[in-house]
Amino acid sequence: MIEMKDVHKTYPNGVMALDGVNLSIKPGEFVYIVGPSGAGKSTLTGLMYREEKHTEGQITINGTDLNTLKERHVPYLRRNIGVVYQDFKLLPKLTVYENVAFALEVIEEDPNNVKQRVMEVLDLVKLKNKARQIPDELSGGEQQRVSIARAIVNNPTLMIADEPTGNLDPETSWDIMSIFEEINANGTTVIMATHSKEIVNTIKKRVIAVENGRIVRDESRGEYGYEI
Amino acid sequence: MVESSVMKAGVNTAMKFSTMRRHLREGSKNIYRNGWMTVASVGAVTTTLLLVGVFLALMLNVNEMANNVEEDVEIKVYADRTAEKKDLDKLESKLNDISAVETVTFSSKEQELEELKSSMGEEGQVWEMYNEDNNPLSDAFILKTSDPLDTFTVADEVAEYDYVEKVHYGEGVVERLFGLTKYVRYIGIALIAALVFTAIFLISNTIKLTIMARSKEIGIMKLVGATNGFIRWPFFIEGILLGVLGSLLPIAVVATGYHYLYNNLRDKIQVSFIELIPFNPLVWQVSLIMLAIGAFIGVWGSLMSVRKFLKV
Repeated sequence: MIEMKDVHKTYPNGVMALDGVNLSIKPGEFVYIVGPSGAGKSTLTGLMYREEKHTEGQITINGTDLNTLKERHVPYLRRNIGVVYQDFKLLPKLTVYENVAFALEVIEEDPNNVKQRVMEVLDLVKLKNKARQIPDELSGGEQQRVSIARAIVNNPTLMIADEPTGNLDPETSWDIMSIFEEINANGTTVIMATHSKEIVNTIKKRVIAVENGRIVRDESRGEYGYEI
Repeated sequence: MVESSVMKAGVNTAMKFSTMRRHLREGSKNIYRNGWMTVASVGAVTTTLLLVGVFLALMLNVNEMANNVEEDVEIKVYADRTAEKKDLDKLESKLNDISAVETVTFSSKEQELEELKSSMGEEGQVWEMYNEDNNPLSDAFILKTSDPLDTFTVADEVAEYDYVEKVHYGEGVVERLFGLTKYVRYIGIALIAALVFTAIFLISNTIKLTIMARSKEIGIMKLVGATNGFIRWPFFIEGILLGVLGSLLPIAVVATGYHYLYNNLRDKIQVSFIELIPFNPLVWQVSLIMLAIGAFIGVWGSLMSVRKFLKV
């Protein structure tokens, strides 16, 4: 699913965010990426859907070599990856329904299937009754559920979440986690960068710890391991 | 591994009909989704097009008047009084053969005398002493050139012909007149060009501002996997709509204004060359030009601005 070999990322201002990362994630895995702020977690996940471009090394996602991936093919890479962000990144003027449907319109899905599929995922995240509202009218947890619905609506094989619970209260966070577990149980690979000790230590999964741009720990059923 | 799913998907570039419908729908919806931003863009189009439209109608009329003035210029060729009928016929056919000449009208010395008497009015009585037997005037040909600017060369050429006594075309006055109409046209074209340029600048800037406010949205669309073309299409539609909406009011104002002006002034102006262009061709032409400018600027402004934010 994901292969990284000696991956480096240096920003134009000279800051080195990743300094030789090697990792391999198999289909169907659930992986936490942990580490202190500024350790390189967001850079690491950002490389996977090409929000960032690595400066050295080899990355293969779903069999696609990112070194040879042309700029105009990037949208097609992203369509196979559902991404959930800490700040939700919903389109503010579109309704909940339209936001989720957007991901299907992008892949030119048959309009006859769009409605059914969108309502299906809105049902999964329990937002069917808010389909006609715009993001500003929803709570943070609801907005995050919309963005999850958008991420999974076209059945991606990989879901990446960058601190999805960072802006949410604990109770809402557990709701989000149960959705993630359900998605993972259906076969989707889930990669989640997080600061939440409670979540990592309660829902035990593979943990990859990043510090100073390097992987310092990789355990199949790990602990959070930081005191914050 | 060589041919991944990404590569295969990339080959499919033909747009589905349903996707085109989606772009049309989204482009139109954006008009009201963006509320005040739309009002600002449409307002900019409206104000500038109003200026362009009014000025265009004015300049087309001034140009038409300049044409009329030029059309009125004619060359009068006075025949030698010793010329007989066959000599005059020969001269007439020779005049007809000049390629730059459009019409040749014969005016006998009797007609000339009548015209002279009537044009002098009261003072024309002096001429009453002349009649058919002692008419001191000559037979004449009145020439009109197809291009008024050929007047000078034709007059010079005809003066050399046999049986031509003298040639008259209002020398001096005509040269100055043509100089004047030329400047009027140049100034008109320059002013319209300046106005259109200002319009393009102002409108595209306003649209740029409204799209700048949406740069974040464009970034999100890209992250969800939208291609640049997919993002661009609704903006293209929206640009056309902004331009068309913005040109509606100017078109209405110019049409009703000109209708009113034309009906009120037509009968009051007695000077022959001051004649307004009828409502029917003029208003359609000006409206079409305004609509085209509006749509063009709308699309251009939208696409130029989106282009900047697509590099996410």
